[in-house]
Amino acid sequence: MPTAILHARALTRQFGGLVANDNVSLELLQGEVHALLGPNGAGKSTFINLLSGDLEPDSGSIVFKGHEITRYRPDRRSRLGIGRSFQRTNIFPAFTVFENCRLAAQSRAPRALSVFAVADQDAASCARAHRALALAAIADYADRRAGALSHGAQRQLELAMVLATEPEVLLLDEPLAGMGADESNRMVEVLRRLADGHAILLVEHDMDAVFALADRITVMVNGQVLESGTPAQIRASPAVRQAYLGEAEQAVE
Amino acid sequence: MDFAYFLIQLLNGLQYGLLLFLVASGLTLIFGIMGIINLAHGSFYMIGAYMAFTLSSLTGSLAMAIVVGIILSVVLGIVLEWALFSRLYGRDHLEQVLLTYGLILIFEELRSIIVGNDVHGVAVPALLDRSIPLGPTLTYPVYRLFMSAVCLAIAGGLYVLIRRTRVGMMIRAGAANREMVETLGVNIGLVYRVVFALGVALAAFAGMLAAPVSSVYPGMGTQVLIICFVVVVIGGIGSVWGALAAALLIGLVDTFGKVFVPDYAGVAIYVLMAAILLWRPEGLFRRA
Amino acid sequence: MRANATLLAVAGVFGALALFPAAGSPFYVELVTKIMILSIFALSLDLLVGYTGLVSFGHAAFFGVGAYALALLAPKAAPANLWVTLPIAVVVAGLAALIVGLFVLRTRGVYFIMVTLAFAQMFYFIFHDTKIGGGSDGRYVNFKPSAALGTVVPFDLDKPTQMYYAVLVLLGLTFALLRFILRAPLGRALQGIRANEHRMRALGFHVFAYKLASFTLAGALAGLAGYLSAAQYGFVNPEILSWRQSGDVLLMVILGGAGTALGPIAGAFALVLLEEWFAWLTQRWQLLLGATIVLLVLLMPGGLANLYGHVRRIRMYRS
Repeated sequence: MPTAILHARALTRQFGGLVANDNVSLELLQGEVHALLGPNGAGKSTFINLLSGDLEPDSGSIVFKGHEITRYRPDRRSRLGIGRSFQRTNIFPAFTVFENCRLAAQSRAPRALSVFAVADQDAASCARAHRALALAAIADYADRRAGALSHGAQRQLELAMVLATEPEVLLLDEPLAGMGADESNRMVEVLRRLADGHAILLVEHDMDAVFALADRITVMVNGQVLESGTPAQIRASPAVRQAYLGEAEQAVE
Repeated sequence: MDFAYFLIQLLNGLQYGLLLFLVASGLTLIFGIMGIINLAHGSFYMIGAYMAFTLSSLTGSLAMAIVVGIILSVVLGIVLEWALFSRLYGRDHLEQVLLTYGLILIFEELRSIIVGNDVHGVAVPALLDRSIPLGPTLTYPVYRLFMSAVCLAIAGGLYVLIRRTRVGMMIRAGAANREMVETLGVNIGLVYRVVFALGVALAAFAGMLAAPVSSVYPGMGTQVLIICFVVVVIGGIGSVWGALAAALLIGLVDTFGKVFVPDYAGVAIYVLMAAILLWRPEGLFRRA
Repeated sequence: MRANATLLAVAGVFGALALFPAAGSPFYVELVTKIMILSIFALSLDLLVGYTGLVSFGHAAFFGVGAYALALLAPKAAPANLWVTLPIAVVVAGLAALIVGLFVLRTRGVYFIMVTLAFAQMFYFIFHDTKIGGGSDGRYVNFKPSAALGTVVPFDLDKPTQMYYAVLVLLGLTFALLRFILRAPLGRALQGIRANEHRMRALGFHVFAYKLASFTLAGALAGLAGYLSAAQYGFVNPEILSWRQSGDVLLMVILGGAGTALGPIAGAFALVLLEEWFAWLTQRWQLLLGATIVLLVLLMPGGLANLYGHVRRIRMYRS
């Protein structure tokens, strides 16, 4: 029986008059891929920001491996093992792909006081970086300037950077955003491989990817959790169909 | 100290604070709406004061000098915005800092060439050159009360302009999203020019108003600039209410500081700033 | 390839500086000594501006602390000991930076520029209004610091050429220290903070601690420059902490190219020589300087560094 590695309880967050997240609870089990679906404005981004520490909840709690981390800041959560990727690509464009990952990996063993060490020769961070690049399938681009990559490759780098920090939990905010068909398929393969060693919370709009990867799905609408269950359950749920999938079907007609 | 003395210091502190507010509001408007940090803002205050001196010497009337001075500063603001500041929108803050630092040098030197480096006094207009009694022995200058009243009136006017008029709405919208406002057909370039000219005029007018009280001297521009920065940091950038609250606070701390700890009065407001930084780094009021 | 070009340029510059006293008159030797001291100052600010992305408009505060440290430690009737007073000055300046950093680094962007200026003003007023350093009159350093170690006197700072070489060695050490730091993990982290602070935090870095470290080190090195300046000039007054001084050193960094190896040194030379030239042209040299600055910013978006961009693309980590 897999245990919950990350547990969000009754998270609420308001912005002025708008309740972006209303009493949202979600359990992320060890080793699972848990997808978070919902139409635009449902509150998914807010929820990810609450989990990563970029926003503080007005009420509710977040527990990671038994520890209360609700008020922890983003860097502390990262050091605990919660990695987060961003919807809008958030890399270091002027550095090479390899350096992007190596710097990310350096966060695990900062060696800030070693003035005479050479960063490029730091075995630990370099090794982590190589591993991350391989996992994200962009090892071939290691020496390219990150800003010069195609959009799809940059999204892979975005993911690689998080992997370089060797987290236990991955909070992935629309990793497939803006990708074409081929790139999406590549990314789905990457994510499938990642599912083995990590617990993943995946926010995505790409339905094919979600149903291919997810062990469980939670659907949010208007800041609240509508329903939570297996892909089959969600597919069959009339409430979900109406609120989310149903709209898409009507649009197609 | 007795009550009358305390009242005098209180009034002085408030008057100083209101004057600071006038200058700082121009600074915070320009930054809040156009995103430009302008180190030369203090120079406009100095230019206003020197204009008050030269024009009142020429015309014999401070009131006349102020009217002409306001017109001139609006023109100055428009020309500066068109020639220089319009090229700074969206640029690195570092570049804005450097360019406006260069402007300070230019303004200081031009003033030195045109008017010289002497310290001057400006006469209080005869109409206001009297005092009202405060308690049995002390009196208070009417001109200072006049200054405070004018500053308050302008503060009120600014509030009405920004919050209650169509122009104000355009300004606020333009601050939030320039492209959107442009596509709606508003000439945002014109709006920015007007706002900039307004900021310049506010600072210059403050200098003109203050001239009889604080006299006219070369270093007054940079002195007021740095205090304005403290006002903006304490009050929160982009917030006109914050600027008012912070300016009054600083006016009072500075004035009473001179009374109680004259040796350390200069440092008092920075200690205040440091304390507020510890407590609320983003300022007393968040961005309006 | 590029690394070699940079190495060549560095060797060239330091080589030229080493040979200069043989060719230059005593006046110029003292002038170049002054410029080298300002180069140390500019290098220290570049750590903040060019590599950590912190635009400080109050760096003169720590320069001043280092200078006043010598002025206050130096006895009236005898020279101060270099080996004792120099480290003290550097440490005190670093401490001052550490304390100020705890306050100012709570802010970002434009706020940061403003609060650093304000804190420098606070230091200015402390020295100007109180009797600590002789108030607005300032204080004299009656003797150049003595390099005596017991009975051995390795060099004599009273001789301009020996002062020159002492400063050159310290410039070289400062330069080398900064190069080491920049290629070390610490330096990469600082550059990462400059490039994308938000991501650095998301990746698990203690961003505040790194910024504080950078600010403290920059302050300490500024203190070194201040100490040397007081030693050379023999006099300190509150004006060395003024916002003009802070603006000038910032200008040096930008003029030369922020984030480049030799940029700050080039900038120090450029600004001092420009000021000397303008002052020779006209009494109204500030007008020329101001106009030059305005034109530079308008006509060179991205700053002068772009000019050097091709030759000196040793930005980031290829050093």
